[in-house]
Amino acid sequence: MTALDLQALLPLVLTTATAIAVMIAVTITRRHGLAAWLCAAGLAAAIASIASARECAPRHISDLLVIDSFARFYSGLILAGSLVVAVLSYGYLKLRTDRHEEYYILLPLAAVGSLVIVCSANLLAFLLGLELLSICLFALIAYRRTGRGDLEAAVKYLILAGASSAFAVFGAALIYADRGSLAFGPPGLALSSPVALAGIAALLVGVGFKLALVPFHFWTPDVYQGAPAPIAGFIATVSKGAVFALALRYLSTENLLADGRIIWLLTAIAAASMLAGNLLALRQDNVKRMLAYSSIAHVGYLLIALLASASLGRPAAAIYLTAYFLASLGAFGVVGALSQPTRDADALADYRGLAWRRPFLAFTLTAMLLSLAGLPLTAGFVGKLSLVFSGVSSALWLLLSALVLGSVISIFYYLRLLAALFATPPASEPAISSPNTPWPTTAALLFLTVALLAIGLWPAPLLDLIQKMAVAAW
Amino acid sequence: MLLTWIIVLPAIGGVLTLLMPSDRSVRWTGFLFAVATFVLSLWLFPAFQGADAFGTRYGEGIHFVEHHEWIPAFNANYYVGVDGLSFPLVILTTFISAVSALAAFSITKAVKGFFALFLLLETGMLGVFLSLDLFLFYIFWELMLLPMYFLIGIWGGPRKEYAAIKFFLYTLAGSVLMLIALLGFYFLSKNATGVGTFDLIELATNAKIHTKFNQAMVLGFKFAPLAFTFLFIGFAIKLPAVPFHTWLPDAHVEAPTPISMILAGVLLKMGGYGLMRISYPILPETAATTTAIAVLAIIGLVSIVYGAAVAMAQTDFKKLVAYSSVSHMGWVLLGLAVTPAIFAKDQNIAGFSGAMFQMISHGLASAMMFFLVGVLYERAHHRDINRFGGIALVMPVYFGLAMLGFFAGMGLPGLSGFVGEIYVLIATFAYNQTWAAIAAVGMILTAGYILWTMQRVYLGPKPEDTHHLSPVTAREVIVLASLGVFTIVLGVYPKLATMFYDGTLTNIAKVWPVK
Repeated sequence: MTALDLQALLPLVLTTATAIAVMIAVTITRRHGLAAWLCAAGLAAAIASIASARECAPRHISDLLVIDSFARFYSGLILAGSLVVAVLSYGYLKLRTDRHEEYYILLPLAAVGSLVIVCSANLLAFLLGLELLSICLFALIAYRRTGRGDLEAAVKYLILAGASSAFAVFGAALIYADRGSLAFGPPGLALSSPVALAGIAALLVGVGFKLALVPFHFWTPDVYQGAPAPIAGFIATVSKGAVFALALRYLSTENLLADGRIIWLLTAIAAASMLAGNLLALRQDNVKRMLAYSSIAHVGYLLIALLASASLGRPAAAIYLTAYFLASLGAFGVVGALSQPTRDADALADYRGLAWRRPFLAFTLTAMLLSLAGLPLTAGFVGKLSLVFSGVSSALWLLLSALVLGSVISIFYYLRLLAALFATPPASEPAISSPNTPWPTTAALLFLTVALLAIGLWPAPLLDLIQKMAVAAW
Repeated sequence: MLLTWIIVLPAIGGVLTLLMPSDRSVRWTGFLFAVATFVLSLWLFPAFQGADAFGTRYGEGIHFVEHHEWIPAFNANYYVGVDGLSFPLVILTTFISAVSALAAFSITKAVKGFFALFLLLETGMLGVFLSLDLFLFYIFWELMLLPMYFLIGIWGGPRKEYAAIKFFLYTLAGSVLMLIALLGFYFLSKNATGVGTFDLIELATNAKIHTKFNQAMVLGFKFAPLAFTFLFIGFAIKLPAVPFHTWLPDAHVEAPTPISMILAGVLLKMGGYGLMRISYPILPETAATTTAIAVLAIIGLVSIVYGAAVAMAQTDFKKLVAYSSVSHMGWVLLGLAVTPAIFAKDQNIAGFSGAMFQMISHGLASAMMFFLVGVLYERAHHRDINRFGGIALVMPVYFGLAMLGFFAGMGLPGLSGFVGEIYVLIATFAYNQTWAAIAAVGMILTAGYILWTMQRVYLGPKPEDTHHLSPVTAREVIVLASLGVFTIVLGVYPKLATMFYDGTLTNIAKVWPVK
């Protein structure tokens, strides 16, 4: 391994080191603030290491990992997302439980798992990353251990993630049986035999579960509802983003879209996710469940980028994911900031008249919801427009119709929450008396809002960056 | 930089109002910024003096142009400019906004938020009129949506949430259709020239793009009629034309008075402006087909007659004025619809010209009527026409101004409302006498409901309980008089308006060859 290899691996190394550093710090002194800052600083250093190594050419590190500009872009996104989650968690955990510190070991480890998934050039690396991510998430989901909901969510996630991992491992085994190698590519081979095709189908189950696509989405609302708000944000963004980046890479390395059956299958899954996600979200009075269903729809939209031509699809995916990261983390951040020690603020009633009690949080949530709905001047609009552009250029009319229909449906439930925010507050005491927002949470939410509006208003710099990084061929 | 300043000045004012310490200072800051924007917009006047101010074909005579790269990936640019089509509406917007800001002094709930959103709304409106890039146009179009939603939804009447959501969903449905047409323009222009463009002038004047739009098929449909239909529905919702009008009575009735003034005075004009700026220049052949003329004209006629008839049946004063807007904006649609046919006959743009005049005139008169209703509502706390009566004896100054406002709305000769309607009527008569007769029935119905309403509200014996009917304040007189003066001036000397836009409207019409 050369120095350049090491430099390329620096984000992974630093993130792992963060987990170890927190672990050591915790054995010396158990202080919430120290653990949180150590975690945040480590993740920030990892992000900085990506920026510094931007010019470095694609590097294969053993057979398992490849660090190219595509991987670097998504690594940056994952690390930034994890950093925001870490900052939001600080304020959230302060009010809850007396054991805060282990959380900041698990969080960077989950990020390492995601990074490995993004950088993997081999099914083995993918499976390793997937397991690392899942195992950390079991613990993080149940971290509060205050109510039955947490444990139910964790057990549900444990069982279903276990089952889907089994599918993914089985799929990898079938592919190995067929071609004697777990490395991605060369293109075309996988489609030649029924065994490999079965393997790919099994892999799809594993990936579909992590992306919460219809029909593998049943766990989503329960897990989002039971998990701590920042962790729900992590599952919605980092975990899905990593697996989506892998799917993008795997599909185009293997050139799977040459097969009509796979296109047909993905189209059906995408359309079903968009419609089912949005329709199920319509009737939700629980904000976390609503966000869960809407996240199903959002990944459905993202599949358009997967099916479109690479030259427009890849940048569209990167833009959409960036916008989705910002808005989802912001929305869950507000949910977390409003939450009481005993329960999360997930009832629609908790948000009635929020604008009069907590104008900043209401304004932040408004921006996030508008971006999720894809209204102009937010990052979500730029993302959705890029998706439409990529879809039109590849003539994916069915999916585009589903996108338009889904977006129109989604307006109803986003608007419902939005209307509640600005409704005249009830005369009686609000259902939930939320604690003051700690300043790191405020800072993180402010950052997300500013980034969201800045991208919406002036997307050219981000589009340039994505054109440079997320599109490069591998 | 003048146009950019005109666009951003209200938004800057909106941010500043948030920093003001007291409600009083917020009101004055908001008002002064609205006035400053109006004054700044007067600097546009000199450009429209002189013989060559409008050029000889569409795309010429655009002044104060600013063109900057914005999103290179979509070839969307910050491209603003003002020509004869946008100029009168820009002045109307800054003027109505300034007057409405003065009218908004009576708002007491969350004053800061109100003025900040109000000024943001003004930025959106001016952006729509000044954009020459379709993408930018769309962004500004959507930018108006949210402030309006909150202004109705927070400061509105009892059913404000319902009204705000209805407004939002209707407008959004229109926006989605517009967005589809917009993407169609982009991809087909890319197909035709190799570079997709949102440039409204190029889309209208580039012969290659023009041919492509007329020949292209999309999913088995001809592109041009499809795009025209989508755009038309989007704009008809805003206009609003029957049957897309049902959001309007709710929005108007629930909206606070200054917002009703903006809504009727400026926002409804976006529909007519959109048709004249986008549909007619970019898809002229479609607009000139007999089908399009008939559909648009009949929708216009139905709006005129139905709006007037429904207005007559109202007992809620504000709802009556709201339906009168539907009726009046029907004239705009009728005037636009018949223009391609009569221009081809004798190079006459009376239809366009009348539609534009009607938009300006209705902007002034409807803002005035809504304020008149607001003045009464603030005192009586109800709007039931049948419970009023004899107001003329209690509030004589107010009654004088009310006569001016409602007669302007009715189209009394000598006031601005008459000019627009008579232009459109002449144009319609030249194309189809039956339609002109139906439109004239609408005029009679309008006179009917206005006179009947005035009789019920203002005339009759002096009401018993008059202590709450305090005389109009100086502020209210200023609001009404400043609007009223222009209804008289434009009614007596219409050329004061037509001289600023006829040149550009002729250029737009020149696409249709004279037979």
